[in-house]
Amino acid sequence: MKKEDVPQDLSALGKITKEVCYATDSSGKYVAELSQGWDVKITALDTAWKDIEGKVAAARQKVLNNEASPLLFFMELGIMDISLLADYTGFWKWQIKRHLKPEVFKKLSDKKLQRYAEVFNVNVEQLKNMQVNGA
Amino acid sequence: MELNFNHIQAAHCENGVTTSLLKNIGVQQITEPLAFGIGAGLFFVYVPFIKINNGPAIAFRTLPGLIFKRTCKALNIPVIRKKFSSREKAEAFLKDRLTEGFPVGCQVGVYYLTYFPKEYRFHFNAHNIIVYGQEEDNYLISDPVMETPTTLTSYELERVRFAKGALAPKGQLYYPVKGKPVTDEQIKRAIKSGIEKNVRNMLSIPGPIAGVSGIRYTGNKIKKWRDKLGTKQAGLYLAQLVRMQEEIGTGGGGFRYIYAAFLQEAYAYHQMDELLEISKQFTQSGDLWRTAAIQAAGIYKGRIGSQEDFNAMGNYLLEIAEIEKEAFTALKKLKWH
Repeated sequence: MKKEDVPQDLSALGKITKEVCYATDSSGKYVAELSQGWDVKITALDTAWKDIEGKVAAARQKVLNNEASPLLFFMELGIMDISLLADYTGFWKWQIKRHLKPEVFKKLSDKKLQRYAEVFNVNVEQLKNMQVNGA
Repeated sequence: MELNFNHIQAAHCENGVTTSLLKNIGVQQITEPLAFGIGAGLFFVYVPFIKINNGPAIAFRTLPGLIFKRTCKALNIPVIRKKFSSREKAEAFLKDRLTEGFPVGCQVGVYYLTYFPKEYRFHFNAHNIIVYGQEEDNYLISDPVMETPTTLTSYELERVRFAKGALAPKGQLYYPVKGKPVTDEQIKRAIKSGIEKNVRNMLSIPGPIAGVSGIRYTGNKIKKWRDKLGTKQAGLYLAQLVRMQEEIGTGGGGFRYIYAAFLQEAYAYHQMDELLEISKQFTQSGDLWRTAAIQAAGIYKGRIGSQEDFNAMGNYLLEIAEIEKEAFTALKKLKWH
């Protein structure tokens, strides 16, 4: 890649920092150049997030239909599966599977809910109501 | 407390941490491309039976940690590396090293890494940063992919050091200990052994999934993705391939440009014209990886998506495999002085 061909399409990362790319100068020598993003990468990341957003929306609907507890919504939002959530919360996987049932979730103590809330960066009230923290 | 430490921005985090930490103990010759080449960083592997974020597990570089390890070993620099089960001990150990004057490399997860944009915060646990000081509750952080140094609170740092999931860092930290000064002669030998190791990894690993054969294997798989997975899922797979190839820290073209830069720098130590010629082959490979990424983008954006488009995508990889096979074979045949 030639230095002048290093793409400069502003990405989410580009707003915070430029990235180092290696490209050749007019004499063919490699130099480090800064790039603020590349459209091809931006859309690759968008594609991944669109897929996640679809799963989050489906999970939200399931919770509203009382088919799952709000944990499902936060798991999808946090790109987690049961085993990763078990690692983060210290619950066993079978416990989390139970907590995913709305009737079991409703009876959980605040202490247990707090363990989930911390992992999802929300408070217990927000956890119960599928509210996302803006920050 | 702030140690005397120079932040260096790099394309890739582990190259950057290696370069910064070695420069800090007086290895003036080290650069990002040299660290990458001496550490035999270039690789390709597609592990079909593992899924990452519901997509294919593809890597363009060697396993996390190896670049630092190999580079230090090749230059005869002693390394301290430690994992922890206790969070308190992990922080205490870090503090003690800072007090003794050592900037420390830490393996971290990016999911809770507060200064990264949200879009980039997946559960990826092989990121590397340097801690080089502490001011009240803030640790001073040199993250090689960032233009400038940054900070994390003790809570934030603990959280990323103890990220969970695949490749969980377990508080892992590492740093080189100053030994004898590194001579140009040592660098020269390290370059040779780095190239030889990389030749083996790309040409001689048995089985179809790693090295040059891995690229060919992936090319042939891609041609079948459309029928096997459907256009949408196949698009997601291709998007993942592109992210592994280009996203944060590969220097473009799945590390192929950094390797080309390494061979140019190697020429300064070994005046062999072949190195410059082979460097051009890696540039050609990097360019073709990027052309393939544009083709992939056409598919995941939904602009194209016929079987012919998938065939064209797969064929790019077959062509790349040929170029890299020639390039590494030429490296294998080098007559070292």
